[in-house]
Amino acid sequence: MYTLGIDVGSASSKAVILKDGKDIVAAEVVQIGTGSTGPQRALEKVIETSGLKKEDISYTVATGYGRFAFKDADKQVSEISCHAKGIYFLVPTARTIIDIGGQDAKAIRLDNNGGIKQFFMNDKCAAGTGRFLEVMARVLETTLDKMAELDEQATDTAPISSTCTVFAESEVISQLSNGESRNNIIKGVHLSVASRACGLAYRGGLEKDVVMTGGVAQNAGVVRAVAGVLKTDVIVAPNPQTTGALGAALFAYEAAQKN
Amino acid sequence: MSLTQGMSAKKLLAYYQNKADQDAREAKARGDLVCWSASVAPPEFCVTMGIAMIYPETHAAGIGARKGAMDMLEVADRKGYNIDCCSYGRVNMGYMECLKETAITGKKPEVLVNSPAADVPLPDLVITCNNICNTLLKWYENLAAELDIPCIVIDVPFNHTMPIPEYAKAYIADQFRNAISQLEVICGKPFDWKKFKEVKDQTQRSVYHWNRIADMAQYKPSPLNGFDLFNYMALIVACRSLDYAEITFKAFADELEENLKAGIYAFKGEEKTRVQWEGIAVWPHLGHTFKSLKGLGAIMTGTAYPALWDLHYDADDESLHSMAEAYTRIYINTCLSNKVEVLMNIMNKGQIDGTIYHLNRSCKLMSFLNVETAEIIKEKNGKPYVSFDGDQTDPRVFSPAQFDTRVQALVEMMEANLAAAE
Repeated sequence: MYTLGIDVGSASSKAVILKDGKDIVAAEVVQIGTGSTGPQRALEKVIETSGLKKEDISYTVATGYGRFAFKDADKQVSEISCHAKGIYFLVPTARTIIDIGGQDAKAIRLDNNGGIKQFFMNDKCAAGTGRFLEVMARVLETTLDKMAELDEQATDTAPISSTCTVFAESEVISQLSNGESRNNIIKGVHLSVASRACGLAYRGGLEKDVVMTGGVAQNAGVVRAVAGVLKTDVIVAPNPQTTGALGAALFAYEAAQKN
Repeated sequence: MSLTQGMSAKKLLAYYQNKADQDAREAKARGDLVCWSASVAPPEFCVTMGIAMIYPETHAAGIGARKGAMDMLEVADRKGYNIDCCSYGRVNMGYMECLKETAITGKKPEVLVNSPAADVPLPDLVITCNNICNTLLKWYENLAAELDIPCIVIDVPFNHTMPIPEYAKAYIADQFRNAISQLEVICGKPFDWKKFKEVKDQTQRSVYHWNRIADMAQYKPSPLNGFDLFNYMALIVACRSLDYAEITFKAFADELEENLKAGIYAFKGEEKTRVQWEGIAVWPHLGHTFKSLKGLGAIMTGTAYPALWDLHYDADDESLHSMAEAYTRIYINTCLSNKVEVLMNIMNKGQIDGTIYHLNRSCKLMSFLNVETAEIIKEKNGKPYVSFDGDQTDPRVFSPAQFDTRVQALVEMMEANLAAAE
């Protein structure tokens, strides 16, 4: 039996096809999210990669901010439950999940059976999320995929506040005009993102293993900063952008079996 | 035959809400006094004196629910009120400015002509009480200063420990007597203590039937959706010392009892989970919050906010200590441990599976203890919770998608707990 999970996020669309609730047949990411052609393109891509036909899919679960806009789904599940499900499947020792996506950051505490004990999300604003990094990359005249490498070359950490993306942007501009090195500023930006996410993780009571997921987990600079703040090892989920979609595909499998 | 005979509770609610405003307009036209009052300030003294009452918090909530808050907020913005101030206060300041302009120029400003706000008259005096927050002191002092009218303040100190000490009750009873003396001067007549007893009795009958309604949420499935408490609370706030509230609440409680007997429940379809709502409603998005829960099979069967007006006391107690206790034991005027106890009792009674905490930008007092309260309760009873950012009347603070994600996750956690328990 094949099931599909689709995670329609604010910044990207992810799709995973699962065979018999165990084997990942295909996983695809399209870097454009809800309200765009992204979800449909992610669906078409994952179908193509898998070599299957749409009719082969027994059940589809949608998650992410655009979950209700994706009309081909049989059911919608929140991204909190989907990330928890996907991570527990990949890393059964996970007890704390830090998920940083396009517009939100969340910390999820799992019990020994993979159930959600508690979760905390960013509130008030999107500072400390993927959007924050995008804005910073633009000001620093670099791209998201180069930020980790530049961070590694830093000799110091420039302090960047994490209360507001717009204020942080002007802070970065001011640091640049004061002659601070770009690499040090990038390291500061990563620490700023990490400190907000870690604040959420502490609220849930930190327990190992700590697993990072979401698009921002692909940035090794942020991962190093999180590990530094938490003073613990951090496992990066395999293919971290697609863990929500994987969780959705697992929920789809469970639902299909009940039907 | 009376006009209201045979009316459903819903019709009575609309009828008496309008009538209370009409009473105030007619009083104003006759040259009688109109008082604007804080929502949990005692109305008993003013009603005894025959003063018509208007409640700015309820009025602002109504404007918010009818999508008219932004216009009034903008008037307040232009007067320099910061968005960090309570939005009830800002909506009311905006409305008051419009009425004042009308009174001075004889012409209604455009913003008021187009507003869905209920038409209420300017006050001749205001009465406030700090038993639910201290913003109400500055807000009402400001109203009094802007309009050059008397401001009666009833000081009700915060209860850092429970139970409430006798000296606190004695102090508040003195505050009541002081308010009565002020009213005697303002009204130019002596206080009628016999009438006062009747008003207290009336208030107690209203409170009794209000509590009957809230009690219906204990049944599973529930004949009452807690959101109805948000709808009906306008009368426990604004008309508890009149028979308007008693008549309406009795009718609603009777209807609910009949429904329970007949097996008619609030949730059409299967009531899958039961939630507690902590905090003031998000009035401009009331429909969204209600539908979002409904769509997930969740019903609200517990909320401490409407229970603020569970103001039962001994109406025969001439020392007024019992009445003083009723007006000070309000859970947001008490310590953290008492708040936890109050919420846990509501959870137990309403057979609650999880809690939604409204982190309300306007109401610091109700919101700042939420984080600690939530964690203590979770530790004690293991029920999951979520919190969301919102505001009681400023529609800009609430994000529907953020609310939906959090609430859906809560429902999934509650369902997982229920499945594990089976």
